[in-house]
Amino acid sequence: MPMSDIRQKAWSAALIVLFFVAWELFCLMTGMSDLVLPRPSQIFVTLFEKFPILWPHIIQTLLTTMIGFVLGVALGVALGAVIGVSKTAYDTCYPLLVGFSSIPKVAVVPIFVLWFGSGTVPAVLTSLSICFFPIVVNIATGLATTEPELEDVLKALGASKFDILWNVGLPRTMPFFFASLKVAVSYAFVGAVLSETVASNRGIGNVMMTASSNFNVPLVFAGLFVLAGLGVALYVLFSLIEGRVTGWATRKDNVIAT
Amino acid sequence: MRMQPNSEFAGEPMAAGSAPTAIELSEASVTFGRGARAVPALSTTTLRIADGEFVALVGPSGCGKSTILRLVSGLARPTTGVVIVGGREVAARAMRVGMAFQNPTMLPWMTIEKNIMLPLKIVEPFRSQFRKLRKTEFRDKANALLEQVGLKGFGGRYPWQLSGGMLQRANLCRALIHEPRMLLLDEPFGALDQFTREELWGILQELWITHKPTVLLVTHDLREAGFLASRICVMSARPGRILDDSRVDFARPRTVAMTFEPDFVALNQKLRAFIVDARTAAREGA
Repeated sequence: MPMSDIRQKAWSAALIVLFFVAWELFCLMTGMSDLVLPRPSQIFVTLFEKFPILWPHIIQTLLTTMIGFVLGVALGVALGAVIGVSKTAYDTCYPLLVGFSSIPKVAVVPIFVLWFGSGTVPAVLTSLSICFFPIVVNIATGLATTEPELEDVLKALGASKFDILWNVGLPRTMPFFFASLKVAVSYAFVGAVLSETVASNRGIGNVMMTASSNFNVPLVFAGLFVLAGLGVALYVLFSLIEGRVTGWATRKDNVIAT
Repeated sequence: MRMQPNSEFAGEPMAAGSAPTAIELSEASVTFGRGARAVPALSTTTLRIADGEFVALVGPSGCGKSTILRLVSGLARPTTGVVIVGGREVAARAMRVGMAFQNPTMLPWMTIEKNIMLPLKIVEPFRSQFRKLRKTEFRDKANALLEQVGLKGFGGRYPWQLSGGMLQRANLCRALIHEPRMLLLDEPFGALDQFTREELWGILQELWITHKPTVLLVTHDLREAGFLASRICVMSARPGRILDDSRVDFARPRTVAMTFEPDFVALNQKLRAFIVDARTAAREGA
């Protein structure tokens, strides 16, 4: 890594630390009650102390999020492929999808609870239903905007529609797909936590709910920090995979040629 | 009794010594769009190309030269008439042709080597062996072709790491790798500098002399047509039709020096006159 890159990264890190320092100082100087806004140091201490209790909840939230996310991705890719390839499917499904995605998911959770009881299942479903939409849109857009010239290369060889989708459409859509994955993974978190907050006795959402009714505000914030941390971790993970798979789109020189 | 699938061809009287027909357009025309907004692209055209011929299509821009290529490759359907390639009517699915477009159209997510191997992934009989041979025999085949066009060692690069001329060479490799009996070339050297172009003419001529595929070359460059083709068809302005169809009998292998000799220049001037007339006629008609 060149020196300028390191300096750039160091600056970013310093500014992030500065943000927390400013928060800490703001609370100390204004004498803010920790019932309103706890200091970051308090939050980190709480996080550290309560970690053994928080751990199973973290696992629970992560699990429901990931199941919902994986199912959402599968559904999103399938729907996106159909919509991207077929004009009829596009005209039929798009209004329905836009309609569905406009419904606030908090309104849907009670229905899921009614059908499946409270707990893991509604959390998975909420997370799925909130995260599949950006994937559908991006896959469909990627496929619909594939250059006909690229398709012609295969058509002239007598390739079937599936051959063309597999060798041109889908690889060409990968950059769109990964862009949507990064959005979808944070959406999946929102969905899972939302459902846990409303209807579950496990998960970070539930911990925060319980903590706030006990006025344990530092624990509520600790929950928020956990969520933010998990979100960032998954975002970074998908960015790394993205760099590997779709390096061609950003023209990175370190793409590995096999 | 039902006729055998190819009997209409087998039964057709053929001049003694002439090769079987590879490509036949009979009364084919193409119109894009319908009703008041219909745009005729190709007037009723009849063209017969024998197996192993090297035919160049020249004419003013937008005259339907590329449309003929698209008809033959199966990328477009005739509005009227029939297109027969290799004894079969061209259906929705094209057949084993090698095609090179004006833009190199390399898939940007694949290395050059993989791009070149693409036809082997699609076309039988290579397709069924692709998984087994892609790391060995097929790869060697791709690299042998790359070496032939002067791109040795570039197989592992991505398309954007290569210059336009290099991409066009790779494009030619991709059109050839599945050993097609028929090559359809749509201005493949159009965007190249003079010297690269002349070098690639030589390579293409050599390939044609060794393997004798049927070649249909669309070009704007009259010298290119004269250098490569054994027959040149001149087309009128849109909607195109064939104005002149003449044989080119210069000895092979032809050299770039030959393109400056009087016979060759005379041929060029004859072709040029046709195209100038066609352009004038089109302007006056419009």
